[in-house]
Amino acid sequence: MASFFKGFLAAPLSAKFGMLVVFGYAVISLFAPVIAPYGETEILGASYELWSDKYPLGTDNLGRDMLSRLIFGARNTIGIALLITSLAFLLGSITGMIAATVGGWTDQILSRIVDVLMSIPSLIFALLVLSIFGTSMPYLIGVIAILDSTRVFRLARATAMNVAVMDFVEVARLRGERLGWVMFKEILPNITTPLLAEFGLRFCFVFLFISALSFLGLGLQPPMADWGSMVRDNATLITYDDVTPLLPAGAIALLTVAMNFVVDWMLHKSSGLKDVS
Amino acid sequence: MINVLKIVAQRIALGLFTLLVISLFITFGVELLPGDLAESILGQSATPETVKVFRAELGLDKPAHLRYLDWLAGMAMGDMGVSLANKREISELVGLRLGNTLFLGGFAAAIAVPLALLLGVLAALYRNSLYDRAVNIFTLTSISFPEFFVAYILILFFAIKLGWFPGISNVSTELSLGDKLYRTLLPAATLTLVVVAHMMRMTRAAIINVLASPYIEMARLKGIRPAKIILRHALPNALAPIVNVVALNLAYLVVGVVIVEVVFVYPGLGQLLVDSVSKRDVPVVQACSMIFASVYIMLNLSADVISIITNPRLLHPR
Repeated sequence: MASFFKGFLAAPLSAKFGMLVVFGYAVISLFAPVIAPYGETEILGASYELWSDKYPLGTDNLGRDMLSRLIFGARNTIGIALLITSLAFLLGSITGMIAATVGGWTDQILSRIVDVLMSIPSLIFALLVLSIFGTSMPYLIGVIAILDSTRVFRLARATAMNVAVMDFVEVARLRGERLGWVMFKEILPNITTPLLAEFGLRFCFVFLFISALSFLGLGLQPPMADWGSMVRDNATLITYDDVTPLLPAGAIALLTVAMNFVVDWMLHKSSGLKDVS
Repeated sequence: MINVLKIVAQRIALGLFTLLVISLFITFGVELLPGDLAESILGQSATPETVKVFRAELGLDKPAHLRYLDWLAGMAMGDMGVSLANKREISELVGLRLGNTLFLGGFAAAIAVPLALLLGVLAALYRNSLYDRAVNIFTLTSISFPEFFVAYILILFFAIKLGWFPGISNVSTELSLGDKLYRTLLPAATLTLVVVAHMMRMTRAAIINVLASPYIEMARLKGIRPAKIILRHALPNALAPIVNVVALNLAYLVVGVVIVEVVFVYPGLGQLLVDSVSKRDVPVVQACSMIFASVYIMLNLSADVISIITNPRLLHPR
């Protein structure tokens, strides 16, 4: 804990700001029901009420409290983005390590599949799948996780390749250790740092991707509060010179910016370079 | 020269193969559905007769491989089938919108590419200065903004508060070019803001990379002005990675256009695609995704080919 705190103090201003913001978002999404003044789907007043003491940020198109929905939106959007990113990492890093350790045909086949998947624009791919299966959560999560795991696969394979040729891995193989041992006990501990930095970047990407899908009306389905669809539902207010619909969009932007600052600093630190361009 | 032609031919073959795989996926994706599309879309209230008619309309009663060949042949000849939602010819729906989307993408590219090159060269020239750091923060920020956020901010300021531009880009064929450009300026600006950051970062990195080489040191020792060193000596050698990144970003533009079109209610292909997805109008979605994927792959392919033919090391392999 103390070393963590020391690391925090040594970080540059942008990274400090980023970590504070990420921490704030985590607190808000964990304690959403306690913080929010009203319920997530409670219909309270008229639609599009102005900012007042009763409704700090006004109400949305159905008369639900905007602030409460913003707070619950943090929980839903961030939770799903985390779930998808974790799934993508599980899938991508395991297949990537398998490709690197086993090599040969397994590597060839996996890599070619990933090549093809990566050459399709992911938004188009997701839209296609959603039109076939309809917009349901499990498919949404599965599709984005698979699409995103291709990037993780590339990184995990490339980094694991470098480790797999080292002597201690060779020794473990000669000792007759099983594939699982070689992968998780010998290789994985040596590639965690680049994978962790990539996790931050992938999270941002997934987060923006879900928000974009929700904004198109194809992501999380109502009545769940979600930042992307909140922008979409209240967008008409902008024509009346009201900034309220920009708040959820701003919340998305703030989190991704903060995350990028943190990752930038992590990469900077781990590469040990003064000027990473 | 023969070698280069061989590499280029290989890349093109790979691109065509990818397109083939995508077309297979687009058509056979429907097969993955439990039951079939007819039952899934018509729902439980459908009678066996309506399901049968629906299947015949989509050709679902034919075996899958025949359906695929029919579809592929149709796509190649411009006959993309009929929309489920309004029974119109898809080629008719797509034709005009594709033109609009390409117009918007081209407009955005025409602003973004020169701007990104200029800003990138300047950032490399004044490296580690205040300007460079400001640019770095700006790019990091604009990479992490969702497209619709940028779009609505622009609408709020330039369409609502200042009233300079229309908030909705309603273009039609009757408009003159100037009018069309005026109405599409805001969406084009949004796309520009989104892609310029990445392109600029890569331009800066490519030039800084070249600046570290001995011949630049020599030029500097001769006393040539910094601006001339960058423009005459560094830029030509950094061109290959820059061209590559430009083409990749144009490919990204093709996809980014979907969301921007929805925000500005621009009558383009992306809007049609999103509408059709929510209506589950599968034939239209298939046609649109195929078009988007082909353009995307073609741009990626040209990025590959250009970077091969502009790279002297690949031109004369050892």
